[in-house]
Amino acid sequence: MMDRGNGNGRSDLRIGVYVCHCGINIASMVDVKRVAEQAAAMPNVVVARDYKYMCSDPGQEMVQQDIRELNLNRVVVAACTPLLHEPTFRGACERAGLNPFFCHMVNIREHDAWVHEDREKATVKAIDLIRAAVRRVKHHKALERRTVPINPNVLVVGGGIAGIQAALKIASAGRHVYLVERELSIGGHMAKFDKTFPTLDCAACILTPKMSDVKKHPNITLWTYSEVDKVDGYVGNFKATVRRKPRYINEDTCVGCLECIDACVFKEPRFTDEYNEGLSKRKPMHIPFPQAVPQVTAIDPETCLRFKTGKCKSSCVTVCDRNAIDFDQKERIEEINVGAIILSTGFQTFEPKDRLPQYGYGIYDNIYTALEVERLVNSAGPTEGEVVLRDGSKPRAVGIIHCIGSRDTKSNIWCSRVCCMYSLKLAHLLKERTGAEVYNFYIDMRTPGKGYEEFYNKLLEEGVHFIRGKVGAVNDWAITPEEEGRLVIRVEDTLGGFVRRVPVDMVVLSTGLEPHKDAEDVRRKFNISCSPGGFFLERHPKLAPVETASGGIFLAGCCQGPKDIPDTVAQAGAAAAEALALIDKGVVELEPNTAFIDAESCSGCKSCLSLCPYTAISFIEAEKRAEINEALCKGCGTCVAACPSGSIIQNLFEDEEIFSEIAEVLSNG
Amino acid sequence: MANQEFEPRIVAFFCNWCTYTAADLAGVSRMKYASNIRIIRLMCSGRVDPQFVMDAFARGADGVLIGGCHPGDCHYISGNYKCLRRYHMLERMMADLGVEKDRLRLEWISASEGDKVKRVVNEMVEQVRALGPLDLPGRFADWDAEMRELDEKVQREHDGACEAHAAKETQS
Amino acid sequence: MQYSYYPGCSLKGSGRAYEESVLAVFDHLGIELKEIDDWNCCGATAYMSVDERRSFALAARNLAISERDMPESPMVVPCSGCYVTLNKTCHVVKDYPAIKDDVTKALDRAGLKWKNQVPVRHPLDVLMQDVGLDRIKEAVVKPLKGLKIAPYYGCQIVRPYAEFDHQIHPTSMDRMFEALGATVVHYPLKTKCCGGSMTGTAPEVGLRLVYLLLKEAAKREADLMATVCPLCQFNLDAFAKEAARAYGPVNMPVIYFTQLLGLAMGLSEEKLGLQRNIISAKNALKGAAAAAAR
Repeated sequence: MMDRGNGNGRSDLRIGVYVCHCGINIASMVDVKRVAEQAAAMPNVVVARDYKYMCSDPGQEMVQQDIRELNLNRVVVAACTPLLHEPTFRGACERAGLNPFFCHMVNIREHDAWVHEDREKATVKAIDLIRAAVRRVKHHKALERRTVPINPNVLVVGGGIAGIQAALKIASAGRHVYLVERELSIGGHMAKFDKTFPTLDCAACILTPKMSDVKKHPNITLWTYSEVDKVDGYVGNFKATVRRKPRYINEDTCVGCLECIDACVFKEPRFTDEYNEGLSKRKPMHIPFPQAVPQVTAIDPETCLRFKTGKCKSSCVTVCDRNAIDFDQKERIEEINVGAIILSTGFQTFEPKDRLPQYGYGIYDNIYTALEVERLVNSAGPTEGEVVLRDGSKPRAVGIIHCIGSRDTKSNIWCSRVCCMYSLKLAHLLKERTGAEVYNFYIDMRTPGKGYEEFYNKLLEEGVHFIRGKVGAVNDWAITPEEEGRLVIRVEDTLGGFVRRVPVDMVVLSTGLEPHKDAEDVRRKFNISCSPGGFFLERHPKLAPVETASGGIFLAGCCQGPKDIPDTVAQAGAAAAEALALIDKGVVELEPNTAFIDAESCSGCKSCLSLCPYTAISFIEAEKRAEINEALCKGCGTCVAACPSGSIIQNLFEDEEIFSEIAEVLSNG
Repeated sequence: MANQEFEPRIVAFFCNWCTYTAADLAGVSRMKYASNIRIIRLMCSGRVDPQFVMDAFARGADGVLIGGCHPGDCHYISGNYKCLRRYHMLERMMADLGVEKDRLRLEWISASEGDKVKRVVNEMVEQVRALGPLDLPGRFADWDAEMRELDEKVQREHDGACEAHAAKETQS
Repeated sequence: MQYSYYPGCSLKGSGRAYEESVLAVFDHLGIELKEIDDWNCCGATAYMSVDERRSFALAARNLAISERDMPESPMVVPCSGCYVTLNKTCHVVKDYPAIKDDVTKALDRAGLKWKNQVPVRHPLDVLMQDVGLDRIKEAVVKPLKGLKIAPYYGCQIVRPYAEFDHQIHPTSMDRMFEALGATVVHYPLKTKCCGGSMTGTAPEVGLRLVYLLLKEAAKREADLMATVCPLCQFNLDAFAKEAARAYGPVNMPVIYFTQLLGLAMGLSEEKLGLQRNIISAKNALKGAAAAAAR
């Protein structure tokens, strides 16, 4: 009905069809031999083969050899999703002298073998899809990739250890980096830790020199207390709008002497110190922590008298001989152009208060989250590393409960990967600092990492107790005199096969890692996707673990999924390398899937003009026709679908190509 | 149950960035769904030309499924909204043509929603199975036969009238 | 708004005080509870453990009658046992077509149709969500000042179906009693088992639980315990003496939350069935009132 004939009228089509077994991934559910036989009988097919691993070197070589020897001019590969190996097979065609866009992939793995259970039906489906592709490729054209110059600057969003590492690597390679951090200082979660597992080396000794390097590096522009508001453009040429929130201190003149904090009219710190997880107080004039970078104070307008009442003698101003205090500081908007973006926005820890009330957090004083305990054991923390409970006492027994907000359908289903190890670390530190009996309550101990199992064994030798079982509740219900006035942990000991009641004085909840609550907004801003749990989605878990589906946007650290510091640093390095590999080429190659208008048949109706979100379509008054600026076109095809005269053609997705597919997937039976 | 034997044929148009990727995820997660669906990849649901949908039905599809990014998530800013407008238009056209509502479906499925691909496909296959075959090509053939019959009948009547007229002429 | 009302066996027997107070409170708030016609056993305990399908059919008959006579009205079910059985039936029938078929067939023979459209609601749920604390506060004429209450929810109204409150840490009653002017005692055993039918079958388990619950409330200086379930109330009230004999002295009245609500709204003790308790709450109430007056 809708057959519009043969797009380019080639009569000498010579098609090769290649059916991949993918080991047994495809072959176990699709009769690949039969599929290849059927394909061989399809019109214009010169050769059809099946092979164990088409993407392997011999597989690709097979395609190349056929192109050369059998003069193939079209190639159809039925294998995995084109999102995975289309570049591979296009490359093979190119090496054999065939324009890469004469190659088309058929997805018989993700969309067929892996999702069906009936071998016959799956086989028929594969044949249908290949028939569609065989007819489709008839209409394929030789296309050229467009190249556009790339902006060599890189934007790194998030200044935790991941962002710091990525920024330093790129800057050291001689490229300019904009590092944007939402908080007042870079450092992220790692800056809050005292020690790191399994080596128990001091977190600050690893991190703070790197933070200082960031500040000093001539190739890094550091904007803290800033957020990316908007991102336009595409790979190689992004335009980002950064909002720099006022901290009411001039960053260029402040030298970080901290005199203003002493001078603040509040003689004693009175307000919740967010950096110390609420375990201490700060003044309205404050600096998050002594080693903060930049070493610049900030005023909290929510608590500062000058902002709240307008009446304050402002002794901070008097004492600052650099005149750095600026109550009138306004929000600033910066617009920057970059070629690549690395997202390293991190994670948030699970908040147990309302979500798992059975563990008593927020009900009983001496129940802490692990992050609070990190501050408590930190020599730069609120108690200078002395483990003192909220009531001033020292614990005789401590219970550490693993998997809070992890591995549970009621909270988060995933394993947060770091909790077992940091629980071991905290167990060691708490035992060392207090001499208390320490109990770990775990579901499974997960210590996969270099030196991790050894660390676990060391803890066992140190006399830390391990009880396998998911804790049911923590409360102050005492039955025996020993339990009076203490916290009682109730747990089914699954190794002993009975229920235990363990009285302790302090409970540590090993809270899991989850995506930031605004990860969804960030995802939209950068036009990337999320995994089912809400972490950012990598392009491929193994082949492209730091890329996203959006070209030029890379991931590093826990925003992509829970990981420990070694993995985060490694991934940040990889993201930096990817970004450098992209920008160092100088130009970026774009898919030629843009649209163009056939000047002859355009009726000048202007239907398409308002549809293009990129204003790539303009109207030539003199000729009464529309024209597409290929450089602006991103290749969505929305205008193509709307053109009443069928004058707009999208490369790689031409009407004839789609109609061919429709016709052939339905031509059977 | 009626139509137990009937296997519906569903053509799907999935956008590259969300729904096609979600279908990949369903595969990677080894979710199982009905094999009645044939997925055609487009860069954006905004590329879904209403003619694609009409053509699929005309060529024997029993159902057509369109999958795009959630509102606000379109990789191309607003292609999915354009798709939604066309979908509403198509809904009316299909109703006018007597094609049941459940045969055409638009779903927003993000890249993380592999389970939704499974659910939507299974649901749709069952709904369309319950409706039975649409078989527009068969109906076209019937209509064509009907038209031919009508043509022939008109021709016969015309011929008869001509003959009668000629006979009258000769008589006079 | 009108609700259908399913009392179940307890509220006509050992839990009469619950029925009296529920009806009195709802009536006072101007909410109509219409008892469904010709109801039967909810299908709990005995049936559920012997033959689930028969239990579902029994439950479904009550739901079908409610749906037939009052299709727009949710069904209010005060007894936790009934509440969970009826709720379970709705869920299971929705999720398992085979069971749905069986239940449909059974109902068919009784000449009933059931579309599974009647929500099963607990009075605590209706009072908190539909009536709301604001209206409850307005109705308070005798605030429960000085009264220290241990709120005890038992197991069944939040598990396995947490329809209106947290599964392990519910707070509906806590918030209600605060609104009535009472002091809510921190009571970590609020969803622990009351001993249930264990008091009959395994007294060493059941009685110990009864003792622990009462003892803990006393230890936390509660004047009384408030419950939402006739089975918990009966267990804790009737077996308290026996538990005390076995484990040690304890004296803790256990009354229904609706009785407290009624008292705060100025209804008579008589009308609310307070005289029916085995361990009387009257002294505790008087003592608290006197303490508040001082």
